[in-house]
Amino acid sequence: MTATRIGRLAAELRDRLGPDQVIDDRPRLRTYECDGLAAYRVVPALVVLPHTAAECALVVRACVAAGVPFVARGSGTGLSGGALPHPDGVLIVTSRLREIRLVSAADERAVVEPGVVNLAVSRAAAPYGYYYAPDPSSQQICSIGGNVAENSGGAHCLKYGFTSNHVLGLQVVTPEGELVRLGGMAPDSPGYDLVGAFVGSEGTLGITTEVTLRLLRVPESVRTLLAAFTGTDAAGAATSAIIAAGVVPAAVEMMDALAIEAAEAAVRCGYPDGAGAVLIVELDGPAAEVDAQFAEVVALCRANGATELRIAADERERALIWRGRKSAFAAVGRISPDYIVQDGVIPRTALPEVLRRIAELAAERGIRVANVFHAGDGNLHPLVLFDEAVEGQTARAEELSGAILDLCVAYGGSITGEHGVGVDKATYLPRMFTDDDLDTMQLLRCAFDPRGLANPGKIFPTPRLCGEVPGRRKGPHPLQAAGLAEVF
Amino acid sequence: MSTPDLLDALRTGGAAGDGELLRDPDLFRPAGPADVIGGVPARAVAAPTSAAQAAAVLRAAAGLGLRVVARGAGTTVDWGNPPAALDLIVETRRLTGVVEHAAGDLIVVVRAGTRLAELRAALAPAGQQLALDDPVGGATVGGAVAVNISGPRRMGYGTLRDLLIGITLVRVDGVVARAGGRVVKNVAGYDLGKLMIGAYGTLGLVTECVFRLHPVPAAEAYVRCRVPVADGFTRFGRLASAVRGAQFAPVALEVDAPAGGPAELVVLLEGTAAGVAARAEATRRLLGAGAAVDSRPPPWWSRYPWTAGETGLKLTGVLTGVPDLLAATRAVADRHHVPIRVRGSAGTGVLYAGLPASADPEEVARVLDELRGATGEVGGHAVVLTAPDRVRDRVDLWGPVDGLELMRRVKARFDPEARLAPGRFVGGL
Repeated sequence: MTATRIGRLAAELRDRLGPDQVIDDRPRLRTYECDGLAAYRVVPALVVLPHTAAECALVVRACVAAGVPFVARGSGTGLSGGALPHPDGVLIVTSRLREIRLVSAADERAVVEPGVVNLAVSRAAAPYGYYYAPDPSSQQICSIGGNVAENSGGAHCLKYGFTSNHVLGLQVVTPEGELVRLGGMAPDSPGYDLVGAFVGSEGTLGITTEVTLRLLRVPESVRTLLAAFTGTDAAGAATSAIIAAGVVPAAVEMMDALAIEAAEAAVRCGYPDGAGAVLIVELDGPAAEVDAQFAEVVALCRANGATELRIAADERERALIWRGRKSAFAAVGRISPDYIVQDGVIPRTALPEVLRRIAELAAERGIRVANVFHAGDGNLHPLVLFDEAVEGQTARAEELSGAILDLCVAYGGSITGEHGVGVDKATYLPRMFTDDDLDTMQLLRCAFDPRGLANPGKIFPTPRLCGEVPGRRKGPHPLQAAGLAEVF
Repeated sequence: MSTPDLLDALRTGGAAGDGELLRDPDLFRPAGPADVIGGVPARAVAAPTSAAQAAAVLRAAAGLGLRVVARGAGTTVDWGNPPAALDLIVETRRLTGVVEHAAGDLIVVVRAGTRLAELRAALAPAGQQLALDDPVGGATVGGAVAVNISGPRRMGYGTLRDLLIGITLVRVDGVVARAGGRVVKNVAGYDLGKLMIGAYGTLGLVTECVFRLHPVPAAEAYVRCRVPVADGFTRFGRLASAVRGAQFAPVALEVDAPAGGPAELVVLLEGTAAGVAARAEATRRLLGAGAAVDSRPPPWWSRYPWTAGETGLKLTGVLTGVPDLLAATRAVADRHHVPIRVRGSAGTGVLYAGLPASADPEEVARVLDELRGATGEVGGHAVVLTAPDRVRDRVDLWGPVDGLELMRRVKARFDPEARLAPGRFVGGL
């Protein structure tokens, strides 16, 4: 039944779009079976590659007519399985919508299609002295459409915020197949902030086909330092001291000994020997401010026991400092055959306590954890290291990874700071939110997607039907019925 | 039903287990002469002290099918359309106070009825602030969220959508729901806070907010410059663009354009004492002759350019459209003989305009039409925030809204019987 339905849909889309835009042969379908989280693999029933917003809408309308679920995919770099295909559904790949429509430095705006790569926006704005602030580690390949879906962050969101703070307007295809404009070039569009609601909805409210972005003036000065400490406690104390001093750095990143070891093995970043933790602190802004605050940061690092301080003298040295941090995820592959990249958030002040608890949990299970994190905003990326070949290790690693999320929730944090819930953490969402919270979120979902066809099975643990509307009544007004009122 | 009967019905209503919450003798009272919203009198007023009690109130109201409007300090209660119908005002005056200020984490949890000024005082000892201006003066947190107020510093700190990180709301059916959290970086679940900001209370009753905070800067400086505008705001546009293009990182770039004569451009710089001094001096040089550095804001700073009873508009556009918008406003004012004062954030493209109460409603309607044309040409909108009744009767406060059909669907899900602030919002939502 499903097979014939998909077959008919494939034929229809091939007819209407062109044969090269529809993929339904098994070997090619398999190349789309996962996104950046390869632990989950599902071969989609059909892959469609639209070239325009109108084609996206056409595909969604065809899916609606056939009652077939659909999943949007950008570059496929997501780390929570948000773009994991549906086995009986259509995967709509937006990477061919890759036009930069407008770069207006004078208006501080760029208008781009969803397949445009994150870094390409900053490159296009650079000649005018502007850039696009959100900088996920995958910015050389991840797409703006994916960033919108996931509300992507990056190392510099401590000061500049996430994707949602930089998107002013969207054109979207709703799950009903309508092409709708939300927000725009100017701020504060009247009506509900549906742009705000859409960003970070992980493809469950529709597909982005055009994005209006805020561009920022490149800062006059950027200064970066690397500070080595004996351990994460001292590095955490230095971070707290910097924030307490009223400094808002562009980024504060921390790596522990194991993460440093991995980075060293992978990219020879030359971090100080024997450091128990390193802190990367970056300040940016007007030179007059940065110089004054940088001196303060240096002093605070020293006062909190920094064993070595390296200050980047130029862009090359700055890149060197960042190299170890940016390579950290991939680098742990050098010291462990398998690993899980976790993403959780805690209140920053709980950092020392939570790191100790993670170390205890890891020791109890005989599993190693390398810690890499955005220390400034308490966004942890524990890398849980294991060897699939060793009996029972995978299960223990997954259990530990989940226990770390529980820890984040227990300390008043979040189960995801930037990677999204996707398919990976849908079962964890109820640890943060009550059924009432989730039902209320579902009201928004049902307003956009009453049929539940847009990326089903993501974010929310148990799909709820949209048919029942709480509180809806038929017949006369209850007050009238009760004889308490006439017409009022 | 008589008001005493209605109050009795509320006190004995709600769901099983609501009895104790609803019996609080200070919870309900009959509406008085001041309990009127947009000219529509309420029949009863509820003043809950907690989200749980507010939920019980809304359950009781749901059982009776009452139409409900939330009210904070009432500073912007005249904004938006009058409610299509009104039975019960839920006021937040007893829903106040800071629940938690985690200074080390730069966040605060605060109840909706707390005034922004009280919040400022509570945070100041820690050298921290909620970086949100209060241009109406005396606004509560919940009211600020409902109508999405912002002021000059939105250029540097953004608006509520950038500052609100968690929310507790009570749905019209009396269900308490939370979204977001207590950490700034968080992408778990839908961001319902964004949906509540600027929704004029049509989707739920906000009882508690979590905000990210910023350090209070060590120093600030205002660089002020009078700019003649007979050239159609050309020079003004050039100066504003020069300030934005420089790398001084201003927190505000404001314009004040009275009904006639020159405009004033003011740049706010914040930071360290040494840094601010250097940047202020560089900005002064950039602005040229007549510019001066001041340690204090001008008297009009962070105040809307209208007073009670006047017409207040919000005009938005792209940054390069700001001079056009300012020039268009002057031209429209001259054409229709209506003096228009304009003020706002030239650095973000959000301006406000005040028209006198005495202006003829027909002329105001024509002014609005033309300003809608002017804002439309620069990618923005002209919204009437407040106006005398005779103007409201004549105009559509909101104008065209993209995505209205989707907004209707959202409203229909959250408030299927249209009992929450009915008719207050865009498209009669």
